[in-house]
Amino acid sequence: MREIAMADQTRKRDYSLLGESGRTAVEMGLAAAEWYHTDVPRKEMKALMQRSDAPAIRDTIIWLGAMIIFAGLGIYFWGSWLGVPFFLAYGVLYGSASDSRWHECGHGTAFKTRWMNDAVYQLACFMIMRNPVTWRWSHTRHHTDTVIVGRDPEIAVMRPPDLLRLILNFFGVLDVWHAMVDMLRNAFGVISAEEKTFIPEMEQPRAIFIARIWLALYVVTIATATAMGSILPLVLIGLPRLYGAWHHVLTGLLQHGGLADNVIDHRLNSRTVHMNPVSRFIYWNMNYHVEHHMFPMVPYHALPRLHAMIKHDLPAANPSMWSGYREMIPAFLRQLRNEDYFLRRDLPATARPYREEFHAELAPAAR
Amino acid sequence: MSGNWIEVCAVEDIDEEDVMRFDHQGRTFAVYRSPDDEFFATDGLCTHEHVHLADGLVMDEIIECPKHNGRFNYKTGQAKGAPVCVNLSTYPVKVEDGAVFISI
Repeated sequence: MREIAMADQTRKRDYSLLGESGRTAVEMGLAAAEWYHTDVPRKEMKALMQRSDAPAIRDTIIWLGAMIIFAGLGIYFWGSWLGVPFFLAYGVLYGSASDSRWHECGHGTAFKTRWMNDAVYQLACFMIMRNPVTWRWSHTRHHTDTVIVGRDPEIAVMRPPDLLRLILNFFGVLDVWHAMVDMLRNAFGVISAEEKTFIPEMEQPRAIFIARIWLALYVVTIATATAMGSILPLVLIGLPRLYGAWHHVLTGLLQHGGLADNVIDHRLNSRTVHMNPVSRFIYWNMNYHVEHHMFPMVPYHALPRLHAMIKHDLPAANPSMWSGYREMIPAFLRQLRNEDYFLRRDLPATARPYREEFHAELAPAAR
Repeated sequence: MSGNWIEVCAVEDIDEEDVMRFDHQGRTFAVYRSPDDEFFATDGLCTHEHVHLADGLVMDEIIECPKHNGRFNYKTGQAKGAPVCVNLSTYPVKVEDGAVFISI
């Protein structure tokens, strides 16, 4: 049975990294706080943390190999409807699987060998349109201050939820718009005030340099398409971030959607969802999201084992994406009327209680 | 060698290619045992966001912070890339009569 918690007062959230909510979070000790962890013996944690190149090499060969095959078949059937399913598959591998590769390689945990992580990271960043410098630092902040309003730059669904924005992002529309604006701004040598709050000054020139390379690549792609009189080059480079985005949005919204904010217990603000093997390949096991946030040093291929080890201390994983959406969408709808509303899942009897001390102060829950 | 030698632990208390936390007089350190059975010591907190490195992963000569996967060479203290930018301080270590000592 799930317990739904409500706040009996509404507090306006300021998601700007330069705003009031961020300052309040720092004052209250929510920023860079000590988060809850399930106890795992050191020997077992070491075994889980062990790095290996083999799984990621295998998966990368499959990923890129499949992209080449689907692209080849799409090109072969270009001009015919027969090409559409191949481009749809290619699009998901380009515009969605790149999200999980960006994530895991950004952590440095996909491969044991550093240059392999870096190479796949750079490629995935280009595909998902996330500057590798900017987003490494924003993701670092996301792990430090997960769903802390005014501190976390990666809160996917703000409150009250903008449902139109959500729907548009299934086709990558707003993300691509912002990515292009950011790329152009950075390429012209400008780091925004918000970016400066989490990108160290010494790293900013690299962000600018990479933006300029990307701009050149897109200019070449557009020029090629123009010269050919065909949109095909853009269907292969750039546009898949739009038509292939749906899978990473579908899975990504479940990470934190409808759950608590301004807490320091990932069991309250993150969700683990069991998924089919194809989705887990595309998503690289990020469906084990509570586990990942609690122990980000555990590589993707060990997350199922970590889940088995600590599930006694976590709310039950959703058995499917459908289950996750069945609880998340109603939560979003309720947040339209009351932005303090969140879904609070029951813990099993074997679990230690939630850490709720800060959240209890910021958004009292009515029982 | 000058310095204050403080006993940390028995040699067998730290596994090979592993790290242990050591606290002394309000300071915290990380003591490492390399795959080559040598011992090293650094400050115990990551220079990025002050997370205990002893909860992290030792790989060859690298210690990886458990919070953001920042990496240091624990033998030299050198920060090996973002998000860690500031090196760790290192401390001399010796082994005598089966015990590990750190000079601080």
